[in-house]
Amino acid sequence: MTRRSAAWWFVAPALLVIGVFFFLPVVAALALSFTDFDIYALADPRNLRVVGLRNYVQLLRTPLFWQAFGNTLYFVVVGVPLSLGVSFGAALLLHARVARWPAFFRTALFAPVVTTLVAVAVIWRYLLHPHYGLLNYALGQLGIPAVDWLGDPRWAMPAIIMLAVWKNFGYNMIILLAGLQSIPEQLYEAARLDGASVWRQLRHVTLPMLAPIVAMVNILTIAGYFQLFAEPYVMTQGGPLQSTVSVLYFMYEEGFKWWNLGSASAVAFVLFVFIFALTAVQLRLTRWRAAA
Amino acid sequence: MGREGEVVAELLPEFERAHPTIRIKLQQLPWTAAHEKLLTAFAGDTTPDVGQLGNTWIPELVALNALEPLDGHAERSTVIDAADYFAGIWDTNRVDGRLYGVPWYVDTRLLFYRRDLLARAGYSTPPRSWPEWQRMLAAISAEARGDRFAILLPLNEFEPLLALALQQDDPLLRDDGRWGNFSAPGFRRALAFYLEMFQRGWAPPLGTAAIANVWNEFGRGRFAFYISGPWNIGELQRRLPAEQQGAWTTAPLPGPDGPGASIAGGSSLVVFRASRNQDAAWRLIEFLSQPEIQRRFHALTGDLPPRRGAWQAPALAADVHAAAFREQLERVKPAPKVPEWERIATEMRLVAERAVHGQLTVEQAAHELDERAANILEKRRWLLAHRRAR
Repeated sequence: MTRRSAAWWFVAPALLVIGVFFFLPVVAALALSFTDFDIYALADPRNLRVVGLRNYVQLLRTPLFWQAFGNTLYFVVVGVPLSLGVSFGAALLLHARVARWPAFFRTALFAPVVTTLVAVAVIWRYLLHPHYGLLNYALGQLGIPAVDWLGDPRWAMPAIIMLAVWKNFGYNMIILLAGLQSIPEQLYEAARLDGASVWRQLRHVTLPMLAPIVAMVNILTIAGYFQLFAEPYVMTQGGPLQSTVSVLYFMYEEGFKWWNLGSASAVAFVLFVFIFALTAVQLRLTRWRAAA
Repeated sequence: MGREGEVVAELLPEFERAHPTIRIKLQQLPWTAAHEKLLTAFAGDTTPDVGQLGNTWIPELVALNALEPLDGHAERSTVIDAADYFAGIWDTNRVDGRLYGVPWYVDTRLLFYRRDLLARAGYSTPPRSWPEWQRMLAAISAEARGDRFAILLPLNEFEPLLALALQQDDPLLRDDGRWGNFSAPGFRRALAFYLEMFQRGWAPPLGTAAIANVWNEFGRGRFAFYISGPWNIGELQRRLPAEQQGAWTTAPLPGPDGPGASIAGGSSLVVFRASRNQDAAWRLIEFLSQPEIQRRFHALTGDLPPRRGAWQAPALAADVHAAAFREQLERVKPAPKVPEWERIATEMRLVAERAVHGQLTVEQAAHELDERAANILEKRRWLLAHRRAR
């Protein structure tokens, strides 16, 4: 047995599992997306029609799909930088030498990540309540009129973004904190000896050293945020005026509420191709920047 | 399913004592998961013998060929007498001329209203017709201060608009459910009436999520009318303080020119076609359909019984809030009986929501709905054409 074939034998179990539980379903879903599988087809396979690309064409002609796509893009474009900014800020605070009880704060800030969203949603619905909500009370103290967070189509997505950022920033914070802690202290010492201000230390020591981690966190967060689903599902059910319908929420309704599994699979593949392309571009950019 | 699934467990031992050869295995499902579970059970060939179904799901399961017709059983039965059931409710169980379920409990929508607020506006009885209703809404609105409203029509529910639409003579779908019929005068009249309540500021453009606690807000008088269902009798009795209990009650839904129809909703008991114990299954349905058992079921759940016989029980006959339901149930109509209806009703809600926000006129909304319904019903049209050819 050559080394090469031995290696194949060692990875075979893993490959088999991945093949059966990952590639096979993906291929099946791809096949499904070329049919109009629905409850009628469930009743009698003769009611299944192979429709070729019609699901995809229909999808691109559906205004709600584009609205869902726009909503998701809005969520990603605003939510990701905000989330990374908050994570980075929190990590810097925890890492600061003057910080007291860092262990306590680290746990407290990480807590939202591990709490169940359903429980959190109940609390947030009260926080965001137009009459009794803490948030509107605080705005009222500043003289800003009450906002109907979840009832106004203009404010529902910002409210969802706030919730998602609050819920998720702790995860990236821990990763960035680990990155900060791995930057050698000598670099800061050297910078200080050269008379660098705190701001310049941040720009010329911290950020460059952290760049690979930021790039990875960025890619993961974007891919994750594109799959927005649970927050609108528990908070708004896609409303008001479908302003919080995300691509995944759209797919869920199409597939599991209306049982149109054919067109739901098509949605999944469009989203997959989009995220895949975006991630590839980001990786390319990161590599190009690292080489430059 | 839901609370009914828990309560029925208390009734079953009696059935098992009366039928020593029959043992029942009960599986309880939450409503939110029930539909998916039923479809996957069908796909996996593991449907139960007897099941509870929301009566709007019956056409879908009939399309799947999952239900056993019950006409023969019902005709022979000495317990189940079709004439004793409210006609509109019984009708929801008939698809293409055959009976697939026996009503278990009913659900319809009507007016919950604040007697005191109505009295303050100068009215001692609830409205019976649309014009009367509009006059009251206007009078209450004129009295209302701050963010108080005359009526709550939650934008996340399609039922209020559906009830108004069912009051019209025009059916909601035409040609045997092949196309939407939303451009017909009937639906446009209902939609125009519905929209006017928002345009005049009588109803706030809100969903129940934005209200947070509808019972407290109703108790506080934030709105005087609320279109809702029977479960809210119990909720309001439980949640509002004693001094507010005299202030509210229920009334049948007003129609365009006199008392109007509402939705024939509720749950039915069905026998699945794959069941190998169909006679035992039918006997269980008969057991649960006895007026005496239905009385106890009502006492345990607050669910309203579907047969007039069960309504003669003192607990129900004396219930002032239930009286309006008793009257309304004589005037209920089923929603269109096609598997796609729930989706069409959801589109109806979404399009109406856009119209409420001023993005569509009545004509545009009706046209848009016909278009969406035509899309959703495409497969049905193909199947009907295909079946005839085969």
